[in-house]
Amino acid sequence: MKLIFEESAAGRHTEYLPEPDIPAVEPDFRPRQKKLRLPELSEVQVDRHYTALAKETRGVNGGFYPLGSCTMKYNPPVNEAAAALPGFASVHPLQPDETVQGCLEVMRQTEAYLAEITGMDAISLQPAAGAHGEFTGLLLIKAYHRAKGDAGRTKILVPDSAHGTNPASAAMAGFEVVNIPSDADGYVDLEELKKAAGPDTAGLMLTNPNTVGLFDPNIEAITRTVHEAGGLNYYDGANLNAIMGIVRPGDMGFDVVHLNLHKTFATPHGGGGPGSGPVGCKAFLRGFLPGIRVEENGGLLRRGEAAARIGDVRSFGSNFGVVVKALAYLLSIGREGVPRTAANAVLNANYLMNRLKGLYPMAFDATCMHEFVMTLEPLKQEIGVSAMDVAKALLDYGIHPPTMYFPLIVHEALMVEPTETETRETLDAAAEAFRAILEDARRDPEQMHGRPLTTRIRRPDEVKAARKPVVRYDFGD
Amino acid sequence: MGIYVPNTEQEQREMLEACGMQSFEDLYAGIPDALKRKEPLAIPAGKPELEVRRAMEAAARKNRVYPTVFRGAGAYRHYIPAIVGEVTGKEEFRTAYTPYQAEISQGVLQSIFEFQTDICELTGLAAANASVYDGATAAAEACEMCRDRKRRKVLVSGTVDPKTVSVVRTYAFGRDAEVFTVPEKDGVTDTEALQSMLDGETACLLIQQPNFFGCEEDAEGMAEKAHAAGAKLVMSCNPIALAVMKTPGECGADVAVGEGQPLGLQTSFGGPYLGFMAADEKMMRRLPGRIVGETTDLNGERCFVLTMQAREQHIRREKASSNICSNEALCALTAAVYLAAMGPEGLRKAALSCHAKAVYLRNALAEAGLTPVHARPFFHEFVTQAADEAQAAAVLKALDGADILGGLPLGGGKLLWCATEMNTREEMDRTAAIVKEVVAP
Repeated sequence: MKLIFEESAAGRHTEYLPEPDIPAVEPDFRPRQKKLRLPELSEVQVDRHYTALAKETRGVNGGFYPLGSCTMKYNPPVNEAAAALPGFASVHPLQPDETVQGCLEVMRQTEAYLAEITGMDAISLQPAAGAHGEFTGLLLIKAYHRAKGDAGRTKILVPDSAHGTNPASAAMAGFEVVNIPSDADGYVDLEELKKAAGPDTAGLMLTNPNTVGLFDPNIEAITRTVHEAGGLNYYDGANLNAIMGIVRPGDMGFDVVHLNLHKTFATPHGGGGPGSGPVGCKAFLRGFLPGIRVEENGGLLRRGEAAARIGDVRSFGSNFGVVVKALAYLLSIGREGVPRTAANAVLNANYLMNRLKGLYPMAFDATCMHEFVMTLEPLKQEIGVSAMDVAKALLDYGIHPPTMYFPLIVHEALMVEPTETETRETLDAAAEAFRAILEDARRDPEQMHGRPLTTRIRRPDEVKAARKPVVRYDFGD
Repeated sequence: MGIYVPNTEQEQREMLEACGMQSFEDLYAGIPDALKRKEPLAIPAGKPELEVRRAMEAAARKNRVYPTVFRGAGAYRHYIPAIVGEVTGKEEFRTAYTPYQAEISQGVLQSIFEFQTDICELTGLAAANASVYDGATAAAEACEMCRDRKRRKVLVSGTVDPKTVSVVRTYAFGRDAEVFTVPEKDGVTDTEALQSMLDGETACLLIQQPNFFGCEEDAEGMAEKAHAAGAKLVMSCNPIALAVMKTPGECGADVAVGEGQPLGLQTSFGGPYLGFMAADEKMMRRLPGRIVGETTDLNGERCFVLTMQAREQHIRREKASSNICSNEALCALTAAVYLAAMGPEGLRKAALSCHAKAVYLRNALAEAGLTPVHARPFFHEFVTQAADEAQAAAVLKALDGADILGGLPLGGGKLLWCATEMNTREEMDRTAAIVKEVVAP
């Protein structure tokens, strides 16, 4: 496909702006010297270019999208309609409080519902994504220990099954990362945790259900261990879809959580953002929250700031458009819909896992939560077919591959998360595709390395891309 | 109510049976009973779509949408061609995940590659990333890029948007690094003070062009000073201004960042916006976040992939250059479509129009009695001085009564105004007349 710059022809242009209705001005600032080489196209070319690119992009409506840990559920259009209302979309973030009562109400309402769902006392909507929320939550923990004069708490405990963002966020927040191994069942090794927790522990970061899709039954002992050592417990909300309305992080002993509105609360992923990663905390951490705090004062909602705030983590109060969508979703599903959503996410995962059990070995033999992890290690040993090969073959069946090679504690991992919005027919068809691929693989293992066969491009050479990076179009001068 | 779960009750029973279970309780048998929530959540019952719409519309109606806006300060109202929303509303772009699976993601990958090229062209630098959360986090990440073991100190000009400074400070709190403010003098960075603050521990200087007060900074001069001290220059830029103002590349900046919101994104009460980042060749591998690169597939055909992933959190974990994962891909697409529609001439026209209107507004307000504070080249924002804080408040109140959002109060009777191509001569004349009535008598 041509790049937009290759479709450009000098002088092509659509006029969007009127001629100025005021005298022309010769600017007195230092002018740009180099010609600006943006594409020059007619509008129809622009439109067709992006229609062509859209055809080469897989949205949720393009078919089954069982990406583990990503919660690729259906994104209802009514949420988009809400966010697009001019009363939200055209509001300037620095308007006076009296003129943004609707926006502040949306924020306050969303904060209240998220606090109820997580069992937290306060929420900040400022973080723009999950990893951003992790960073923010860890800064709350840092500020808390500092405020107590406890500067020796420099370590964050992170299980070896954690998302890569956890250790990366801990490092950004200035902590040293201590890895806690998992036990044979995929849970946190409690003995190892007890050994690691001590006077230098700032906190623990944990995903529960964890990244192998299991709810850690020792959760109370885990959080108690950290608390007894003087640390705080951080809940990575990436997997909240499995348990919302069933059990709350705040009741499991967590002090800080982040949520991914673009996972659990059905806002779209946008090809990699914008997301929204609200952070929740218990009352004793409220004073450290970043961004704006919405307070009611004399019948008016007003923007205030927490007393000991860590600062801002982005310019304005929230990825507001995303927050609007999440609120519309919460209003739609309501209090019964929250647990029903979770239960059906778990049901769909278990149903598909049970259909695949006889074909592919599961990393852990237990009732899963919203996702499960298969290991293709035996298949690789046996006939040399890898998790990557199977994942790529799924593309030939119109299925988006599961998350590959994660979590790191499972060899040749494929992590499957169907979500609650898929029908049984879709799950059955996926099981059938997995079965057919296995048959293919056994019949002719070699051809598996060349899959997919039906996509417009074949497997890309990633090594070449990284060795001598070409990250922009070369205009040839 | 819409709960978007297709499984019927009968299907649920059958599916549970297929798993060897009787009920949903069996699915959650692994969760200790004491932890499970006994009563329903204290949130309202679900609503059908019509009621959700009504509720959201009712909230939206409680906001004022000003037909006339003279306020910027980090969020700008520009004309957005209709095609922009048409393209970015496409379901495929809207709902896709991060393009890890290149074989079925060439569309979004190519769109990011084109966006990166646009940003390189605007900034005059060699490489750009796929975006970060917003302009302020872009500035904070850029400061992180420049920091190393020896050079820990960041200098931030006092003319940088205070919201950006707040974010830079928050990120620095994380890394236990120091941030110092270079004082402002006559509306720009005090370069003499800067000279005395630069030392062997300085990682970088962060400046904003045009700065928070709208004034043009001598970026080239400051790049020379920073480089002479072995430090880097990070320039936060308005992307519309880059069509007509000297680029970071031309000024000798090492990293350019900025808020991409003016490129086709609505002000939307502060987000989602778009942080863009570009760097020279030497700094390219220190850029955080996703970067799309060109390569070939098994058949030797050109294609695009996420590249240089060895910098990123899912590979490097605690040693990653940043923890960023989700960025603002759909906003980057928005900017790319906006730039493709406007083209180089359209963007230049928008920029020159912003400037001309701001000059007109500044003169009109001066005549009405609000004195410009700085006598310097500026782009599309400027500061005026009222007699006192009360007079500035009275000006804003009178404008508000005429459905006009006036300049941002900076305290001490100062107002920060912004004009763009959206503002007509009639609006500006009317504004000046109202101001005159308040100020002149």
